Formats: sequence, structure tokens, C-alpha cells
Amino acid sequence: MDSGKNFLLGIYEDEDVLLSAVTKIRSSGLKIHEVFSPYPVHGLDTVLGYKRSRLPIAAFMFGFLGTTLALVMQSYMMAIDWPMIIGGKDYVSVTFVPVTFELTVLVSALGMVGTFLVVSNMKPWGKARIFDIRSTDDKHVMAIDLDENKATVEQITSLLNESGASEVNNKQFDD
Amino acid sequence: MQVVSPVRGSLITGKKTYHQVTDDICSRVEEKPSKSWMIAMACSLGALSLGGYALIVTLWEGIGMWGLNKTVGWAWDITNFVWWIGIGHAGTLISAILLLFRQKWRMSINRAAEAMTIFAVICAAVFPIMHMGRPWLGFYWALPLPNTFGSLWINFHSPLLWDVFAISTYFTVSLVFWYLGMIPDFATIRDRAKGVSKIIYGALSFGWDGAAKTWSRYETVSLILAGLATPLVLSVHTIVSMDFATSVIPGWHTTIFPPYFVAGAIFSGFAMVMTLMLVTRKVYKLEDYITIKHIELMNIIIMVTGSIVGVAYITELFMAWYSGVEYEQYAFFNRTAGPYWWAYAIMMTCNVISPQLFWFKKIRTSIAASFILSIVVNIGMWFERFVIIVTSLHRDYLPSSWAMFHPTVYDMGIYLFTFGFFFTAFFLFAKFFPVINMAEIKAILKSDSDTTPAEKSVTQNINQ
Repeated sequence: MDSGKNFLLGIYEDEDVLLSAVTKIRSSGLKIHEVFSPYPVHGLDTVLGYKRSRLPIAAFMFGFLGTTLALVMQSYMMAIDWPMIIGGKDYVSVTFVPVTFELTVLVSALGMVGTFLVVSNMKPWGKARIFDIRSTDDKHVMAIDLDENKATVEQITSLLNESGASEVNNKQFDD
Repeated sequence: MQVVSPVRGSLITGKKTYHQVTDDICSRVEEKPSKSWMIAMACSLGALSLGGYALIVTLWEGIGMWGLNKTVGWAWDITNFVWWIGIGHAGTLISAILLLFRQKWRMSINRAAEAMTIFAVICAAVFPIMHMGRPWLGFYWALPLPNTFGSLWINFHSPLLWDVFAISTYFTVSLVFWYLGMIPDFATIRDRAKGVSKIIYGALSFGWDGAAKTWSRYETVSLILAGLATPLVLSVHTIVSMDFATSVIPGWHTTIFPPYFVAGAIFSGFAMVMTLMLVTRKVYKLEDYITIKHIELMNIIIMVTGSIVGVAYITELFMAWYSGVEYEQYAFFNRTAGPYWWAYAIMMTCNVISPQLFWFKKIRTSIAASFILSIVVNIGMWFERFVIIVTSLHRDYLPSSWAMFHPTVYDMGIYLFTFGFFFTAFFLFAKFFPVINMAEIKAILKSDSDTTPAEKSVTQNINQ
């Protein structure tokens, strides 16, 4: 998100107004930089044209890694490194199932959440680029990059107003 | 556009706007601690230090300080362990299973229930760790680490080891789930805060900006975590029950244990959520978020799981008789009519009879009755574990080894320690963290509250 510095912000009060506004503005040929909401708005990613997240694939891969690690570890320890009959069980036995399941879940969950934090650029002490401070309270904020769009400020402003924005503001970042 | 459900009433009352939701929850974090909070905190810190003394004495002198003897080698420690783990089941159940079932009423209670889960699991872990006697060597006994006993590894055939993996995984995944849910709310607090708290909540919020892309990924992650946590919740108490069920002790080695323990865990977990939420609701004036409807729904879950537990008790008795195995029959005869009959009677009354009162709508929508019964249920569930553990052990195979268990002040002290820890942690959570998931509440505000918040905030803006 380093490209833009000059933004025009459309502030929306209602999620349904926002959804129709996004459709309207995208169909008019304007590029929307991003929409910031205080809560997840269902269908917003679809109307913005975002692709489905590939995080489920990451979760599966990490889960598979967990299963493999657990089975290799248990087999190595119980059957190869120090084989010993305990309670009449085979060296490699069905008793490996619980630990294998737990490690699958553990590695899958941690791996997926880790991937999520990395791709979303989130980390402790991470700095958020705040367009409008009310976007974590009660307003939906649509940011339009003025450098990315050919339309003039006046044109964009009137489009935003028409689509139901309650306010239109300018926002400049120095960095 | 207002969506009105004619069948279901509103989950959030008081005609809230989005901004009011933020105010209601954030102001609890922002205001100075109240006098009642200080008093409650002082009490729990008192319990923590009193119990901490018992803990240190036990560490110094060894577990001979406890009332265990050669016959009854597991008693209060494992009772308390299973009890706390059971309590720790409601949080992830509420947030994971109810999320998969799209039960929106979970949103008002899931945050606090998850916090409770995490603290309860820590309390539970105290007991097996202390029971090791020399916990500083516990890493070698419990984790697959290279060690000085030759190349001998930990025993993966043992349910006790499965428990180590199950509980540590459960703890970690619950912690991640809980924290991830709080990130957007930390960002809300960050954007209102000033000075030091802005820095702290800024760090906690991981740079959250609420972008649509992030929300979309976040929703995917939550759903998959719920999908992973659901079998995990069920596996944890299943494995705890296998600590007993895979043994050869009459009264323990029954195949009904896994589902019976899971039902019992949900039962006691919901009861503890009820106890805590009724207090939090009152103190923090959250009546608009945790309504009578929420209380009623939780009571119905308590009633259903309580009935499952009741069926399990009766099935156990029936199977003991029907199996024709003398030892099994004696174990259950001794349980119901032996020297510990009173524990069995308390368990039956609290767990089987008392939740049946929730068939009456008057009782399950009464706050006083819900509060009392939630405590009764947890007393009953403690006795259930005590009955299973102690009555199965105290009549050993040889009558010359028969014994009774008498707890010492150190047994009680360590139990008190966990209470102290649990409440200290919960009060800290309730003061410094958002007790209700604001983002989720706002997401259902339009469809499930008694107002159209957008219209209202628009008119408010005009009036200003």
C-alpha cells in the first residue's frame, strides 16, 4: 500500500448503501483503493472483485505437514530408535492416532494463522495506515486513490455523493 | 432496509447505534477500576497467595503433603484437573461449534467464555504438573526430548501422553482463536486511546486497519479455525476420559466414557459461563447485550447436556448389572451404597435432578435461579469426578488394602490456588480487554437488534 498518497474518502453509514455504492463506482470505471469497515460486511469482497482467499490451501498443507511429522516422529521413537513392546502393542500401532490428530490440528492452525498475519502484513507493533479514525468505530470508509484514477476530484466527489456517501473528505499521507 | 425476523426476537436490545456499541464496551476498558473491582481483585489475590503457600510447601516437601495413600493414588488432584478441563470446554465450544452452526447468540458471550477456557486450562495443568512430584523434570517425562535415560523415549502408547498433546494443542489453538478475535477490537480501543494505552493497544492490535481484503481473509481464517477447533474440543475430553477408560480398574474401563465425559464437560463449562456472565452482565450493565434470551438458550444447553449425563449414569449402572461381572457390579454397588454414598447422592441430585428444573420456562428465564443452579451444577460435576476416581480406587482388589481418602489442608490449598488464579486472570481480562466482541455485535446489529442503527445514526448526525 505504498503507491498512493492522495486519497478521496467516501464515508458511508450503512452496509447496504456501501455495497450498492461499491458496485456503482466500480461500474463507472473508477478504481477503489480499499474499503475500511468496523466489522465484516458480507458480500463486500465479492462486489470489490476480490478473489477467494487461498488460506484454506495453506491450512491443508500445514495440516498435512503436521500429520507427516507426527507419524514420522512416533514411528522413529517407538519402532526404530528404541523398539520396545509396551502393553503388548505393535511397534507402530493404532495408539499413534490421538497424537497424530492433535499435531495435525496444531500445525494446521498455527501455520494458517501465521500465513494470515504475514500476507496481511500484521505483526506486533505493526503500524496501521489510518484513513479515517472512525473506520474502527461506526463508519465505512471507501478510499479512492487520486493518482490511480484519471477522473477529477470534482467528478469523483459527485460520484461518491450520488452513491450515498454521507461525507467526502480529502486525505493525504506524507510517507 | 430493515430485516425483521418474525420468529426470533432481537439478540441486542436498547436500540443501539454502532457508536453506542463501541462506547458501551470500550468505556469499561477506559474508565478507572471501580471499587467493587478492587475488592474482588483483592479477594482473588488473597486466595492466590494463600493457595500459593500450599503450592510452595508441596513443591518443597513433596506430594506426601497430600492425603493420598497407597490405595487411593489419585484423588483431589485428578478430580480438580478433570473438573477444570471440563470447565474449559465451553469457550471453544461456543465460539467454534456455534459458529459452524451459525448461532448468532454466541456473539455476546464467546469472548468471555474463551477467556474462561484459557484460564481454566491453565488451572487444570497445575494438577498433573504438581502430581509429577518433581515438575522441573517434567519436560523429560512429558515431551519427546532427547534425555539422559539412554535413548528411551516417552511412551506414545499411553493415554497420559495423549493427554499432554491434547491439552497443549487445545490450549494453544484456543489462545490463538481468542487473540485473533480480539485484534479488531484492540484496534477500536487503540483508535480511541491516548498516551500509554495507545501504544499498548496499538501493539496488541497488530496494525489492524479493517480493510475489506483483510476482513475477507480474517473470516476465512475464523471459519477454518472453527472447523479445526470443533473436533479438537471433542478430542480433548475424549482423551481425558481415556486416562481412565483404557485402564483395567472396575468403574473406569467403560466404553461409554468418551461421549459421557464430553457431555459432562459441556454441561459444567456452560454452567461456569453462566455464573461468570451473570456477574459480568450485572457489574458492567450489559443487559442489552446478554439478554434473558441468551440466558435461556444457555440454560437449554445445560438441560440437554445434563440429561445426557443422567442417561450415562443410568447406563453405567445398567451395564454393570447386565455384564454379569462381579467386580464391575461391586464397584457400582459400592459407589451407590458404600462409604462414599453421600458423594454419589450429591452428584445425582446436582447433575441429574437440578437441571431438569429448566423444563420450566419461569426457572430458565429467571436470573436468580440460573445463577444458583449454575453453581449447583458445578458442585455436582466436581463430585462426579470425585466419585469416579476415588470410589473406584478405594476398594482395592485385596480387602486388606481397602482405604478411605482424607484430603489435607494442602489438597484444599492448591484447589484454592487455582480459584485464585482463575478469578485474578478473569478480573484482569474483564478490566483491560473488551469483554464482548464489538465487531461481531456490530455485524449482526442490523439484522438482529430492535433498531435500524444506520437510520438512527444518520438522524443523530443531522441533529448534531
